[in-house]
Amino acid sequence: MKKRLLAILMTTALAASLIGCSANSSSSASTDGDTIKIGVFEPKTGENGGGGAQEELAIEYANSVRPTVTVDGKEYKVELDWQDNQSDKTVAVTAAQKLISDGAVGVVGGYGSGVCIAAGSYFADSNIPTIGTSCTNANVTLGNDYYFRTCYLDPFQGEIMANWAYDNGYTEVATIDNVGNEYTSGLVKTFTDSFTALGGKIIDAETFQTNESDFKAILTNIKNSGAKAVFAPTDYLYAPLLLNQAADLGLSVQWIAGDTWYSNVLIQDAGDNANGVVADTFYAEGGNSEFDTGFKEWLQADSSRMTTNLDSDAIVGNHAVAYDAYMVLMDAIESANSLDGAAIREALSSMNASDGFACGPYSFDQNGDAVKDTSYICGIDNGEWKFQSEEKVSK
Amino acid sequence: MTLSYFIQQLLNGLSLGGAYALIAIGYTMVYGILRMINFAHGDVFMMSGYFMIYAITVMPWNIAIPAVIIGTILLGTLIERVAYKPLRSAPRMSVMISAIGVSYLLENLANYLFTAMPQSYPEISILKHVYTFGSITVSRVTLLAPILTIILTLVLVLLVNKTKLGMAMRACSKDQDTARIMGIKVDNIITITFVIGCTLAAIGSILYFTDRNTVQPYSGSLPGLKCFVAAVIGGIGNIPGAVLGGFIVGICQIVITATGYSVFSDAFTFVLLIIILFVKPSGFLGEKAIEKV
Amino acid sequence: MTKKKIDIKKTLPKVLMIVLVALYLSYLQADPMSHSYAITIIERSCIYSVAAVSLNLIIGFTGQFSLGTAGFMCIGAYITGIVTIDPAMKSQIFYLYGIQPWLENIKLPLLAALLVSGLICAAIAFLIGWPVLRLKSDYLAIATLGFSEIIRALFGWDGLGTVTNASYGVSNIPSFSSLYECVIICVLCIIIMALLINSSYGRAFKAVRDDDVAAEAMGINLFKTKQLSFVISSAFAGIAGGLLAVFMRSAVTSTFTVALTYNILLMVILGGIGSISGSILGAFLVTGSQEWLRFLDREYTFGSLFPMLSNTSIGGFNVPFLRNGFRMVIFSILLMVVVLFWNHGITGSKEITFDRIAGFTKKLIKHKEGNAHE
Repeated sequence: MKKRLLAILMTTALAASLIGCSANSSSSASTDGDTIKIGVFEPKTGENGGGGAQEELAIEYANSVRPTVTVDGKEYKVELDWQDNQSDKTVAVTAAQKLISDGAVGVVGGYGSGVCIAAGSYFADSNIPTIGTSCTNANVTLGNDYYFRTCYLDPFQGEIMANWAYDNGYTEVATIDNVGNEYTSGLVKTFTDSFTALGGKIIDAETFQTNESDFKAILTNIKNSGAKAVFAPTDYLYAPLLLNQAADLGLSVQWIAGDTWYSNVLIQDAGDNANGVVADTFYAEGGNSEFDTGFKEWLQADSSRMTTNLDSDAIVGNHAVAYDAYMVLMDAIESANSLDGAAIREALSSMNASDGFACGPYSFDQNGDAVKDTSYICGIDNGEWKFQSEEKVSK
Repeated sequence: MTLSYFIQQLLNGLSLGGAYALIAIGYTMVYGILRMINFAHGDVFMMSGYFMIYAITVMPWNIAIPAVIIGTILLGTLIERVAYKPLRSAPRMSVMISAIGVSYLLENLANYLFTAMPQSYPEISILKHVYTFGSITVSRVTLLAPILTIILTLVLVLLVNKTKLGMAMRACSKDQDTARIMGIKVDNIITITFVIGCTLAAIGSILYFTDRNTVQPYSGSLPGLKCFVAAVIGGIGNIPGAVLGGFIVGICQIVITATGYSVFSDAFTFVLLIIILFVKPSGFLGEKAIEKV
Repeated sequence: MTKKKIDIKKTLPKVLMIVLVALYLSYLQADPMSHSYAITIIERSCIYSVAAVSLNLIIGFTGQFSLGTAGFMCIGAYITGIVTIDPAMKSQIFYLYGIQPWLENIKLPLLAALLVSGLICAAIAFLIGWPVLRLKSDYLAIATLGFSEIIRALFGWDGLGTVTNASYGVSNIPSFSSLYECVIICVLCIIIMALLINSSYGRAFKAVRDDDVAAEAMGINLFKTKQLSFVISSAFAGIAGGLLAVFMRSAVTSTFTVALTYNILLMVILGGIGSISGSILGAFLVTGSQEWLRFLDREYTFGSLFPMLSNTSIGGFNVPFLRNGFRMVIFSILLMVVVLFWNHGITGSKEITFDRIAGFTKKLIKHKEGNAHE
């Protein structure tokens, strides 16, 4: 008897809530008095939760720096609409739809290309301009008129790291690829192409599966191959495992990675074994002192911000591209002088702005990718990330 | 292929196989008595990894190890009491669903309590000592894993075959109802089985995670399934069989990864399972079971 | 034959409900932009309903504990994806490996694509069912789970890159033209499965589930019956996978993990093993409540929840337990409670019908009146 009651109660609750959520969202006017909504599409949980949280901090900071936007002589307050995409592609679609039905004028985010690809076409269908932060896969903006991004692309990163390796005298390199991971596979592929074009040789190409934690077999292979350097642009998750297990096996090589490894947690997790690791990043601390000091002060002002930033006030590349993504969107809204998605998109595609960014200037190519030719190489030296060099690629 | 390369890979395989073998024993014993796959066993093993992370912060390693083993036993027996015991007379599918539910709960609980970010496993210096023989480098734990596994198996085999308790366990796995009539407290025997399984899982987790450095909420699920497969390959219900299966699965995994087919390293374990089930359903060392109606 | 009399009392509520649902859907579809959130939840729930009913068909109605759903969904998703993408986009999407020439110009409408996915999944299920279905419960579970992992590895393997795009997966899949398209396809799938379950085949399934020895004695071919159920269940799992790919507009192997199978199993168990309407209810409940229970994952201070406390000393404290991941803990505890104390799920193995709802409300009213008289 009670079961039946519960069943019916649950069904009614479900029906009511479905009706309820559509009723809530029916006020689709994108402006509510004097405020406009900007969506933040980031993973707060799941495999990319850590990186997403860091980008969210930078977006929150950017919002505190520039809390209003002026359109048609009227000043609007910018309200951020946070949606967690949980690093999961099915959830990402729901999160995107929530932003659309909330009436977001534009969207900023996010970390991880997979979720952005899943959500991108929904933003495009609803004419919502979206500024990607650190989604580096080519397919994010390809064929999507409304997706722009402030970071560079995987092919670019692969080429940069190939140049670095070759210039630093490594002619025989081993690679480690995570099968099933778009980011890692993309980087390994472009690295291999550029590196062999330069005259280098990939003497060992190893692969592993997502969620693997035992790398001893492939590391033994690398040791046996005699490679002096290893290109392993994996997700952060695998970085300390690779480094520690390599140390156990007595494998001492030059580790080369992508932007995901550029994190202070790596130094915590891998200790001395992390020394010598080299990674590229969108932005190196010290590149823009105004941004650095402002952001650091803001982080230190609240202990919970510091906790989210992994108990540190260190600034990483993700902070910079996320901050810039928000700023780019604000600039575009003001130069379009309109809250209409199509108009903002127009303004973005013809944008050429240089002020107020962490790692600007910004203009976008026909795909919507920021025109960038520089990446920053950093290395771990004595338990600290140090800026090493700027690498450029002639486009 | 040089000799040192071969030896290094063999050592990798043996150390992985040793850890798998210890977990597989837990599966095989529980299956032998309850006829159920304890899907949660792999997650108990994962939780044991987290216990060590927290134990080591408040006590020295020589107290932490027994503390972790006791913690794991408590968790395992608690699961048995709460999730399996009430379903003893229920259909097998309900028990299996309950086991999957516990596994789901433990993973989500770990995700909630310890976050999804991998946490680094403490380095117990006595296990981490690194030996170098020419071009071969091994840590002590790598060498220790297979040796310890074999010693523990011998002890366990003696326990099962030579003691009164062991006889009761064998009786329960043959026929629970008859065992009960003979005055054996079946529930106690089941609890003891879980205690043994969890002790070995805790030791396995120390060996496994010391070698692999990090624990995350899902680090138990796939090894768990593989260890069940290992138990089936060796002959379910048979302890030396589980150890043999553990080493076979561990070494196969290393061989496949080392030859460049890591994509299929997990899949191969299951292919092996399906082949074994058709060629020799009772496993390498298992007894031929008669299908009961 | 006498003409069937239409019982207005029985038909009216059914018609009324269909009209109501249609009205609600058309209300949403009238302004899809501002209702997009509700639309996605409904679409997702419908797709999971198909998957849940298909899993229930094999587990609940035939009693075979198969856990290969995610694997078949993966196959269906990739096939639907590859054949529905605009041929002009294909070379862009497969920019790393290139695409097999015979795939390059294929472009099928959604329905045909789903049909192809279903048929291919059925064929694969037929092949693997031949060895796998001879296994008993636990072994069957682990073998099908293994199959699903093998499929995932195979689709992510770069040796098949020219077909599956390896780890990049397939993206830019065209979406549903409207909410109706998704809902109607899902409803059709469920109706087909329901008709099957209520046919003589369905009765054979249940006979195998309840007592395989007796069923065999009655002349039912055990193996063929199991295989039929497995093939049909897998075909619809494949269609559900295809629908999911269209919904997400992309298909990547990392979506189709064991966790997805467990999630669908959760829907089946919550709704009630052996009940079609239960599975649908389960799918809607799990999908819906994952949205409304989101507040469990956020941290709140007492002050922000209860304004009257904001100035007191408690106001600054965080509400205990509410933290990232709590929602899933609640879900798993709920699942355990259902398994241990309420193992028939919400509906039991019976279906929810209007008669039962009406009968139930009548009893409820009587019960209340009875109380009032005392």
